[in-house]
Formats: sequence, C-alpha cells, structure tokens
Amino acid sequence: MSETVLNLNDTQQPRNETRESKGLWADAFNRIVRSKSSLIGLIIVAIFLLVALVAPVIAPYDPINDSDLVKRLEEPSGQHIMGRDSQGRDIFSRLIYGSRISVQIGVISVSFALILGVSLGAAAGYYGRWLDGIIMRAMDILLAFPSVLLAIAITAVLGPELRNAMIAIGVVYTPHFARIVRSTVLSVKAAEYIEAARSIGCSDLRIIMRHVLPNCIAPIIVQTTLSVGTAILDAAALSFLGLGAQPPTPEWGAMLSDGRSYIQKAPHVMIFPGMAIMFVVLGFNLLGDGLRDALDPRLKQ
Amino acid sequence: MKARKLVVAFLVIAALMVNIVGCGGGKETENKASEGKGNDKVFVFARSGDASGLDPINVTDGESLYVTQQIFDTLLDYEEDSTEVKPALATEWENSKDGKEWTLKLRKDVKFHDGTPFNAEAVKFNFDRWRDEKNPYHQGDFAYYTAMFSGFPGVIKDVVVVDEYTVKFVLTKPMAPFLANLAMATFGMSSPEAIKKYGEDYFKNPVGTGPFKFVKWEKDQQVVVEKNPEYWGQKAKVDRIVFRTIPDNSARLLELKAGTIDAMIGLNPDDIQTVKDDSNLQLMLRPSMNVGYLAMNMEKKPLDNVKVRQAINYAVNKQAIIDAFYGGLAKPAKNPLPPSLWGYNDNVKGYEYDPAKAKALLAEAGFPNGFKTTLWAMPVARDYMPQPKEIGQAIQQDLAKVGIDAKIVTYDWTTYIQKGEKGEHDLYLFGWTGDNGDPDNFLFYLLDKTNTVKGSAGNVSFYRDDRVSALLTEAQQESDQAKRAKLYEQAQVLVSEHAPWVPLVHSTPPIAAKKSITGWLPHATGTECFVSLDKAE
Amino acid sequence: MTRYIIKRLLGLIPVIIGVSICAFLLIHLIPGDPARAILGERATPESLAAVREQLGLNDPLHIQYLRFMGQLIQGDFGRSVITNSLVIEEFAERFPATMELSIAAMTIAILVGVLAGVISAVKQYSWFDNISMIGALFGVSVPIFWLGLMMQWLFAFKLGLLDASARLSVELRLDNITNFYVLDSILTGNWEALFDSLKHLILPSLALATIPMAIIARMTRSSMLEVLRQDYIRTARAKGLKEKVVIFRHALKNAFLPVLTVMGLQFGTLLGGAVLTETIFSWPGIGRLMYEAIMQRDFPVVQSGILIISLIFVFINLVVDILYSFVDPRIRVN
Repeated sequence: MSETVLNLNDTQQPRNETRESKGLWADAFNRIVRSKSSLIGLIIVAIFLLVALVAPVIAPYDPINDSDLVKRLEEPSGQHIMGRDSQGRDIFSRLIYGSRISVQIGVISVSFALILGVSLGAAAGYYGRWLDGIIMRAMDILLAFPSVLLAIAITAVLGPELRNAMIAIGVVYTPHFARIVRSTVLSVKAAEYIEAARSIGCSDLRIIMRHVLPNCIAPIIVQTTLSVGTAILDAAALSFLGLGAQPPTPEWGAMLSDGRSYIQKAPHVMIFPGMAIMFVVLGFNLLGDGLRDALDPRLKQ
Repeated sequence: MKARKLVVAFLVIAALMVNIVGCGGGKETENKASEGKGNDKVFVFARSGDASGLDPINVTDGESLYVTQQIFDTLLDYEEDSTEVKPALATEWENSKDGKEWTLKLRKDVKFHDGTPFNAEAVKFNFDRWRDEKNPYHQGDFAYYTAMFSGFPGVIKDVVVVDEYTVKFVLTKPMAPFLANLAMATFGMSSPEAIKKYGEDYFKNPVGTGPFKFVKWEKDQQVVVEKNPEYWGQKAKVDRIVFRTIPDNSARLLELKAGTIDAMIGLNPDDIQTVKDDSNLQLMLRPSMNVGYLAMNMEKKPLDNVKVRQAINYAVNKQAIIDAFYGGLAKPAKNPLPPSLWGYNDNVKGYEYDPAKAKALLAEAGFPNGFKTTLWAMPVARDYMPQPKEIGQAIQQDLAKVGIDAKIVTYDWTTYIQKGEKGEHDLYLFGWTGDNGDPDNFLFYLLDKTNTVKGSAGNVSFYRDDRVSALLTEAQQESDQAKRAKLYEQAQVLVSEHAPWVPLVHSTPPIAAKKSITGWLPHATGTECFVSLDKAE
Repeated sequence: MTRYIIKRLLGLIPVIIGVSICAFLLIHLIPGDPARAILGERATPESLAAVREQLGLNDPLHIQYLRFMGQLIQGDFGRSVITNSLVIEEFAERFPATMELSIAAMTIAILVGVLAGVISAVKQYSWFDNISMIGALFGVSVPIFWLGLMMQWLFAFKLGLLDASARLSVELRLDNITNFYVLDSILTGNWEALFDSLKHLILPSLALATIPMAIIARMTRSSMLEVLRQDYIRTARAKGLKEKVVIFRHALKNAFLPVLTVMGLQFGTLLGGAVLTETIFSWPGIGRLMYEAIMQRDFPVVQSGILIISLIFVFINLVVDILYSFVDPRIRVN
C-alpha cells in the first residue's frame, strides 16, 4: 500500500512438493547462506532483531526523557553521533529504541493479515461455492479500493494510534494472503490423499490444518517475509501523516514527520530515520527474495 | 512495434479517463484583457491554503475571509489599531431604551459592483437570507451567523426597513456585543441581485461594495481581485491583488526571497531569523487576539484539586516553549484575555516557572510522587499553537520533572474537539481566536459555567464558579463599556486564583513582506482590508 | 471477444456496488461529525443540529445510501460540504494534475525499468546486472516520501536546480486547455512555461517512479531470462539473426506479457492518487484531495471520490486484461 502495492508474488504458482520436507528446508537454508544477497538480507535482519533485543544496553541516552530545548536541532557531534532532534533528544538512541517498535509493527500487522488471510483463503478454497464467492468478492473489493486511502480511512475510524495503524495495515494485506492460500488449496483439494483423509473420517479442520495448509507453507513464508518489510514502510508512512505512532514514541516514521519542518535548517533529523527504515526493509526484501529462490524447486538445477 | 502499440494503448486510456472525469467541469479560458499588463501595481500575497469559498457568510477560515474582506464592506468596521467600532456602510446607530432595538442609518449612493444599489432593502435581504432557514437563498451552513447570534433566527427577531436608508434590528434580548458582531468580516453585505442570479454558485461569484472587485478564482492556485474605481471611500492604492496558494511554508519563503511574491503569512518559527537577516524583507507582527492554553478537566481526579492545578501552572516553562516553538515571537499568557483587548487585567500576577514550588504544592495536595494522567495535543497547527505536538512534548517533559507522568493522546481535529467537549480528556491543549474583539467572546464562552454542557462545552475545563458567572452575566447585559471592563477585570483575578487553565501564550502571527510594501496595518481580528496598502516600485 | 468483454464488464458490477457500500460505510462510520468539521471550534448545539439536518445526516444510514446511489445514477456526485463545489468539478480540476504526474512517472519507470531489465537479463551476473538489481531492491525498500524530501533538500534547497512544490512558478501564467501543464505550454507555444513546468514535474515524478521502476525492472529481467532459455530463441540465434533482433523482436515480445500486467497494476495504483508524494510536493492532485476530504469528514467527496478512483482502477485492470487477451488468445477460452 505504500502508494504502489508490491505484487511481486502474485504471479507465483502454488507448489505441492513439500513431501521430503526436511531435505527441502535444510537445502533452502544452505542456498540462502550460499547466495550473497540473501545472506546480506539475513545479516541485516539478524542485526535489526539483535538491536531491538538489547536496545537499553547499547543506547547511550534515554530516548524520551533526555530532552533539552536549549540544544534542540544540534548537529551530529562526538557525543551525539546523529545529532539532536527538535526536542533536544539524542537521535541515535531514539533510532535504537525505534527498532523495537518496528519489530512490533512487523510482527503484529503481518500476523493479523496472516491469520485472517489464511483462514479466509483456506475456507474459500476448501468449501468453495457461495462461501468462496462471497469471500473472494470481498477480497476483490478490498483490492479495488485505493489501498493508501483505505488504510487512512481505517485509522481515521479507529483513531490515530500505532495499534490502529497496525490493524489497518493488516486489513490491507489480508487479500494477498487469502489469494495465495486459496489457489493452493484449490490445487490440492482433489488430490487422493485428501480424499483418503476424508474417507477415514477426519474433520474438515484437521484436514485443512494437517493436509492442506502445509502445502502453502513455502509461498506463505515468502509473502510473510516480504510483508514484514512493507508493513514497516507503510506504518512509517501512516505515522508520517500523523495517523500512526504519536510523540514522544521513537517510531521511525513519526521521527521523519517531526523532522520535516526542519529539513532546511537541520536535515540530519530526517536523514537518519529514513536510512534506518530503508536498510531494514531492504534486509527483509533480500531475505524474502532469497527464500523464494531457495524454496522454488523450479530453479533447482 | 509492440512498444509503440503499448504507448498508443496508454494514450487511449489516458484520453478516455480525461473524458470520463473531465465531462463535469468545462473550463472557460480567461480573457487576456483581465491579465493586466503594463504599469498596473500588482500586490501578490501568499498563504498556505486556498479560500474555501468567497461568500463571506459561509466561511470561517482566514484564507477565505482575507479575500472577501477586500470585496465586501460591513455595516460597521473596526478601528485600524483596536477593536472599537467605527462607521462603514452604516453611518449612525442608536439603541432603544430597553436595549432590544438598534436603528442604523445607512450610507447613501453606494452601489454594489454589479450596479445594484445598496439600501435598507439590501440589508434586510442579507439578514433574512442568513437568519431564516426557510429563505430560498439560505444555502450553506451560515456557521458564523449561528455562532454569533445563537442559531437561526437567533437573537435577531426581525429586520425592519424604516425608509430607504434606515434599517431597524429587533432583538429578543439586549446584546452588548451586537455592534462589534456587525463589524466582523463575515457579515459583509452581498448584492441581492447577484445572490438571486448565481444561487448555489454565489460562493465563486462574489459581488460586494468593497474597494476591490472580484476577477477570478483558480482553485488551489490563486484568487485575483482588482481595484474598484467607483468605491465610496478612499480608493485602493494598488490596482490588483493576487492571493496565491503555496502550501509549503519553506517553499513560500523561497518565493518571497526570490521576489515572485510580495508578502506571505505562515512562517515557520525557525525561519523568522532568516527574514530578519534579509535586508530586502520586513517582519510585521499581528497584534494578538488569541490565547493558547492547557485546560485541566476539573471533573477528573486529581485535577479537581486547586493545588494540583496551581502546581501544574508552576511546572510549565512558558518562555522555553516560546523560544523554541514560536521563534520567540509570542507573549507568555497569564490571563485568558489577550492584552490587546479592553478589559485585560494587567495586575493579575499569574504563575512564574518554579518547579520546586510545583513539587511542594503537589506534596501538599497529597501527591508527593506525582501521578499519572493524559495530555491531549491537537493534530493540526493553529495560529495560537503552530506546533502542538512539539509543545505537548515539551510540557510533558516539564511535568515529568515534577513527577507527573503524562501520556500524549491525539485524534484527528474534529474528533479531538468533539471528545474535548464531552470531557473525555484530562489535560487538553486548546486555544481560541477572538471573533469580534469583545471580552465576552473570550471569557463567557470559554469559562462560564453555563458553557459546560457535555457534548457542546466551550468551557473544556468544566470550570463552574458562581461568582465568575455572576460577573460575566452582569457584563453581558451592561452597555457601558467602562463598567463592563471593571467586571471583566474582577473575573480574571478569580480565574487566575482558581487556575482552571495553564494560560500558555498569546501568539503574534508574523507576516513577512518586501520592504517596498507600505501602509499595511495588521489587525488583531486576523484579516484587514488592503485599501491603504501601497507598493513602491 | 465481445462476449468476453461483456462478461468481464458484468463481473465488475458487484465489485463496484461493494466498493460504493464500503466507501459509504467507511466515511459514515468514522467518528467525527461532518457538521462539526464545518463549524469548527465555535459550534453551538443549535447550529450543529441545523447543519446536520441540512446535510441529511439525521436520516437512517440505508436511506442516506439509497439517496446517494439514486443521485449517482442520475449522474449527480454531490457537492462538497466544505467548499460547496460540485464533487465532479473538484475531481475534474485535480485529475489532470494526477494524470500528468502518473504519466510522467510511468514513462520514466517503463523506459528505465524495461531497459535495465533487458540488459540485466542478457548480461546476467554482469556488474550491470548486479548494480541494477541492487538498485531495484533499494527502490522497493526506500520510503518514497523520505526519498522525495531528500531529493527536495538536495536539488531544490541546496543546489537550487529544480522546484520543490506546486506545478508552475508563481509569476508565470499559462492558458489552460487540457490542464496538463506540459501539454498546454507546448500547445500555446509558451516555452518559458514548458521549461518551468518540467522543472516542477521532475522531482515528484522521479519519486513516484521509484517503486514501479524497480518492479518493472525485476519483472522484465526474470521474464526475459525465462524466455531466453526457450528453444525458439536458440533457433533464432542459430538462424544467424542479429542479436538485437533476437532480443527485441523475439524475446522481449514474448517476455512482455507479465510486464504489461505489472505496468497496468502500477499505473492504476498511481492514478488512485499518490497521497504522500502529492502532499510532499504540494501537487494539487486527487490523492491530496481525498486525504483532506477524509480528514475533514467531507463525506460527499469521499464516497463519490473513492468510487471514481476504484472505477478507474478496475477499468484499467480490465483494459490490461483485454490487451492481454489480444496478445494471448488462450486466456479468452479460459
């Protein structure tokens, strides 16, 4: 929804060969580590998670309470390597703490889309008929809506808070998951082992959970990884418009929003949070790409 | 080959789209003559937003009123340097003994720009259109009418044409600020013929009696007005005014420095120094008729305790906020009234910045370790508070220093106001810009106990004090201004003592202009007529 | 073919109705009273009630929806409650701005993206391939509102080369024929305005082009790689055809289908209004109009506007699909 939806995976074909699962995963990991770009992605994501984990240890200052109006907008120096923001706070420390918020955004909003999208897609694909019609039409409607405006409107309904921005992003991402899952489910629904499971009296839920969904694992993992990156981007965009995280929360988009008025006088207030967002999103994109290549047997040569 | 086809396909789509959407609004090309070449004196004035409409009665924003003020005259006008009233389209006025009837003598030989004569019938036509919801020309919300005259038809029971140049207003009750209201730019007199002719589209075809005539309006770009050579008063000195819309504050300043515009409002506080340093530019300050404040909801604990409220007053460092977020250009407030208004009480001491005293008071009130609360900050910049979220954070830090833990809360603007009026907040940043220059417009609306009805409260501290209310009500019915001033001064003493607010600032919104611009007197009401403005070449 | 198009058009009807209901519900569910938005800080209970009555907000929701649809069917999109002008006029005034920006952005994106994609595929694993694919990854990772501001800072504020906001400099006048400023200045022979409007157009269209450019480059590359592995390309090469002919005539032609889809999708999204880009560059387009309308609770603009934008979006998708089926007849059968 960041103005242009990343539809990188929509052209992906569903795949059914997870049978020798252990081999595939080990294989996939090997391939990720061996590919330079996905290794870089993995490293960026690992560093990002690590920073979020140990933020209080490495941040030199308090991200909220070490403010000083007299020294506001101070340029980068030895003591404050990224300078001070409009309230005189240390930008570097705020960025470090901000990584925790970004982790939250990624996990919560994408889980929301994942759970909703997978259940809707599985239900639509498995039960078919009118339920399929209704669910997928609803997804079409969501997709036909201009997604930025949809997210803005949802946060307007719920109130401008980070939590609500995450929900809005979750809703906007849901159709993508639903579509992937539905098409995979459709392709395996008629398979013999599903028939077999049904004939021995397995419940629908059990069949879906045990026999159908494992087939979608690979594309879902890829979509999830890529979505975490874009979710961070989109949350930043919403915060930039004042609809997401509120001050003094050190969310990166909100920091950009604060810095905007000082772009001529103190560009450092804007430069660093933007770079942080870019690198983290890049990490997730590299990793997602790597995962796709690794999990895509077509490229196994 | 394929690529060429694609380009064609895109162009076809493009053309189709334009047709689909474009069919509604045909755009006439402007005639060249009105562009005005040659020796015309053109004054280009830029601000952040476009006018929302040019029918003065149906707008409330400064962007619109700045334009309409040039095109329209009001019955009365404000003095150039105060909010006392002076004659305009009405030359004399008289109040009846019971205070319920106002008789106004009108200026003769005044014509609207379309040639329609201005007379008592025209005045009645305008007021009837505003007052009467059944009137066929009552199209719009007439927000200012209902706000100043309390609803439709509100206080004005009837408008009577006595003779061609005499009109009588019959009120339901005496109303001290009646004349001050009539001077507000929003109550400009429109040509009845033009309203009949344009109907719902009058807002983009305004016709008044003012010193400038409407020429054209290009949405989001510019509004152009030209000198009215038949104006009844002193004629305008510039031939044409262009009101430009340039949303970005920095970009607007760049244009001013480049010389493509002559003046601008909406300066980033951080750019004030840049203007001061530029030898081609001048900085003018608009006298303050506003107040930015932190309301404390007295229905919430522990804010019901006067010591806690006083402690918060001592805890906030107003001067630091002014230096950081107003570029130093604002007055720290101690009263709800701005100093430019009559009735301002300069003897009130107010609360200086003293965190130690704040802590002591908190301890006395039983909160030696402070308490948790919420601090609401509005999402949009206002004249009285250009950077509310930044100011909110600064206050949050001040409060943290005395042990009060305040979480910042915000909503979009309309929800913010609504929730405030329902009293859902604890600490609430808010403000007020005066309409008519009457103290009643500040004190009664913002602090009277009758204005604490949940859902429509103007008094968002929910401050209910019988003594203050008695003073304010008495002042409302008194017609002698000196006596009224005394009553307001007394009320301010009590308000300061009870501390329902932290009065923060009276901002003086800066105007940046080229040095060559003269004869511009910024008025406290927020807009002024440019009739005496001149531009040296 | 006609049957296919009719079938597709009919299929759009439920989606459109769904979108109209959603748009309507969204703006009416948003807390925040439009009457309040109009009256601002100085609303009285009486005036609020009066304005609500005037706007028809006191009727039950389904009645309001039916009234909205009834007016729509008669071609009446309503009037903005804030500015009082016709919604259709507000759109007509801003649509050319968005269109101009989108076309400029798409042109940049397609030219650069396709070229980079083709070269990368032909010279797989070369330094060019590496750099352009890394560039493309950065392109989809960067917050474009940040990129836009950084470009403003560098090119407009620091270097003073380009303009940071609006569509035309203040002092210039331009006769509007199509309201596409670049086109208008060419049509009227106003070279100064042409130069100036281009200077205003470059930064926002570059910012807006970033993501589509990256996606198109990646899509072109992967789809080219697939085609280049095919037998007929080998045959064509074996026949001794020039490499250029092989690549552009044979390979790109067949690799273009998925790229076309992506282009259509991206273009549709851009036309929906680039809220952030338009906000940052003060571009008077649809995105900003809609954003402001949502914020001001201007419900006629929001409900009609979202509907119009969605119509454009699904319409473009349809056109892309139809183009697609021209190129690849197998799709029609499906």
